[in-house]
Amino acid sequence: MSASSAPSAAAEFSRRRQTPLQQVQHQLHGRPWLSPLFLLLVAFLAFFISTPTFLTPSSMGILLQQTAVVAALGVGQTLIILTAGIDLSVGAVMVLSMMVMASLAQDGGMPGVLALVIGVIFATVAGLLNGLLVTRINLPPFIVTLGTLSIFTAIALLYSGGASIQASHLPRLLNVLGEGFGIGEFRLTWGIVVVVIIYAVMAFVLSQTAWGRYVYAVGDDAESARLSGVPSRRILLGVYTVAGLIYGIAAWILIGRAGAATPNAIPDANLASITAVVIGGTSLFGGRGRLIGTLIGALIVQTFAFGLSQLGVDQQWRVLATGVLVIIAVAIDQWIRKVKA
Amino acid sequence: MHIRQIIAAPATRRIVASAGIVGLALTASACNRASSSDSGGGGGGEAAVGVTLITKDSTNPFFVAMQKGAKADAGKNNVKLTIASGKQEGDDQGQITAIEDAIARGDKGILITPMSTGVNAAIKKARDAGLYVIALDTPPDPADTVDITFATDNRAAGKLDGQWAAKTMAGKPAVIAMLDLFDDKIVSVDYNRDQGFLEGMGIDVADPKKNGDEAKTGTYSGGDYTIVCNEAGNGAEDGGRSAMEKCLAKNPGINLVYTINEPTAVGANAALEAAGKKATIVSVDGGCAGVASVKSGVIGATAQQYPLKMATLGMEAIAKIARGGEKPKPTEGLDFFDTGVALVTDKPVDGVESIDSTKGADLCWGN
Repeated sequence: MSASSAPSAAAEFSRRRQTPLQQVQHQLHGRPWLSPLFLLLVAFLAFFISTPTFLTPSSMGILLQQTAVVAALGVGQTLIILTAGIDLSVGAVMVLSMMVMASLAQDGGMPGVLALVIGVIFATVAGLLNGLLVTRINLPPFIVTLGTLSIFTAIALLYSGGASIQASHLPRLLNVLGEGFGIGEFRLTWGIVVVVIIYAVMAFVLSQTAWGRYVYAVGDDAESARLSGVPSRRILLGVYTVAGLIYGIAAWILIGRAGAATPNAIPDANLASITAVVIGGTSLFGGRGRLIGTLIGALIVQTFAFGLSQLGVDQQWRVLATGVLVIIAVAIDQWIRKVKA
Repeated sequence: MHIRQIIAAPATRRIVASAGIVGLALTASACNRASSSDSGGGGGGEAAVGVTLITKDSTNPFFVAMQKGAKADAGKNNVKLTIASGKQEGDDQGQITAIEDAIARGDKGILITPMSTGVNAAIKKARDAGLYVIALDTPPDPADTVDITFATDNRAAGKLDGQWAAKTMAGKPAVIAMLDLFDDKIVSVDYNRDQGFLEGMGIDVADPKKNGDEAKTGTYSGGDYTIVCNEAGNGAEDGGRSAMEKCLAKNPGINLVYTINEPTAVGANAALEAAGKKATIVSVDGGCAGVASVKSGVIGATAQQYPLKMATLGMEAIAKIARGGEKPKPTEGLDFFDTGVALVTDKPVDGVESIDSTKGADLCWGN
């Protein structure tokens, strides 16, 4: 019923098929990441014109370094939002994993590899737990992850005793993703490389494998997916587990970047990752969106933050700008969805 | 991939995309305007010096005062000031990002109340890039992570209290309650104020970094003293009250109370009133509420510190260095730059410099 009511509601606007605006709308419908990309380019242009320090090689390197962690988290968040879920425990899982890695290596005297692997396993299990609660007890993902947000945060605090651990006391392997390379002033970190790999792998999985197609199908309509033979529960469980794994890798990136493992690192990680996904054109109602959009979304947020900061604007304005961006992004998304199939 | 579009979404609300585009344009042009007014605002001829002030958060009254003071004074030194902070206590990343932004912006210096050792590496990066970094309020660990620290001399603050108290007691036997900050951890601000107070009273403090190890009785500069207690009030009203109650239980004759800060003093006063006692209370901080307590007579004297000054003197120093001037040096005998302290009291005594509560209210910080 909704499919037929949408066009009629818009009938007065869309009687003539091919106005330029409709062509744009059509294009965007096929490629929901085009509008965020446009937004990103506009932002670049605006900041390039308004501040001399923005578009320099060193600034671009810093911008990418600052985006890395949230971009990584955004991959897991995208997977979950594609299934019409949401993950509020992103930051908590990452921090838990980070504290496990750091204290195993420092206090437990464990070799870096082992600490790293156990830390990532912790995150993966945390994701699995989210998935189990969603699929077995049929709780809404919002509620599940709201609960586990507190649970994982508390465990991280209990485990670490609230103390932070200096990254310089940790084995090199845990720090290595913060180390840099580059040409001249343009410095990148290995963490950025890892983020790019995560995106490449997951984008391939989502677009080229049956599993990826099922993820979209489950997000579109879990019930009809189930009826047409998609193992919905297993797919959902997989999505939450993979997301956890990715948060564990994000924890590794964060240690290298932060210079310390702190139990309250990146307090806004949850919202930042959701923001990146939403600005990137992935629908909160599930089933529609692309990973590339999330990457662009994360870059947009950081570009505005960095650009405004380069202008010497106080940081409250960047928070405000992020809010405006989210609303613009969703507004465009809603408009695109009105296109005729 | 596009199959999923066949199952159409529920009817969407009408939102015209042009609204979004207009919004975008507004945002972009707002940015442009912000930049032109900022960069055009510098004084004649000389280029504005970029300075970033990075506090731990933007809600603690002490930091809010710092930010306000810095903003108000930025123009004086032709400083182009950027304000940033962590999102909350513990947000190292927020401070690291702000430091990186400052480097990229080409700022000449950073004023920072360091969150933790987690930001040390970023500070080093800034100094390597040629920025002058000043820590405010608290030195980082290790202290040489930054170029210099601008802070209050807490021992001097305590000393002022002690000297004033000794004169005020005027030869009478002093029965003293010491309301400290913590009893489960040792922090420099705690022992510096406590031991400074006793030194000001003319009491031998034994280990100057240890609270409570001095002789319980003896003589101060004016006569005999008794130290009844060292109790922790955790810097808050309720803690101050229960600490004072414990002390009064030990000796109801207490006539002089040292408190680590003004909320503790207010709590101590409540306990005294409830017990029907009167005592002279001294404190440290000089927040506006504390100065009001001096005016109303609850606190006899308080040593006022100057968070605003830390920021404005810091800005001044960076502006000077950027224009080829000399770097600030630590105050003699200290390992930091002393931003000064003044005793606020309406009962001045000979030989101890002080300002009255009206003047104190002009200079106070917070609400």
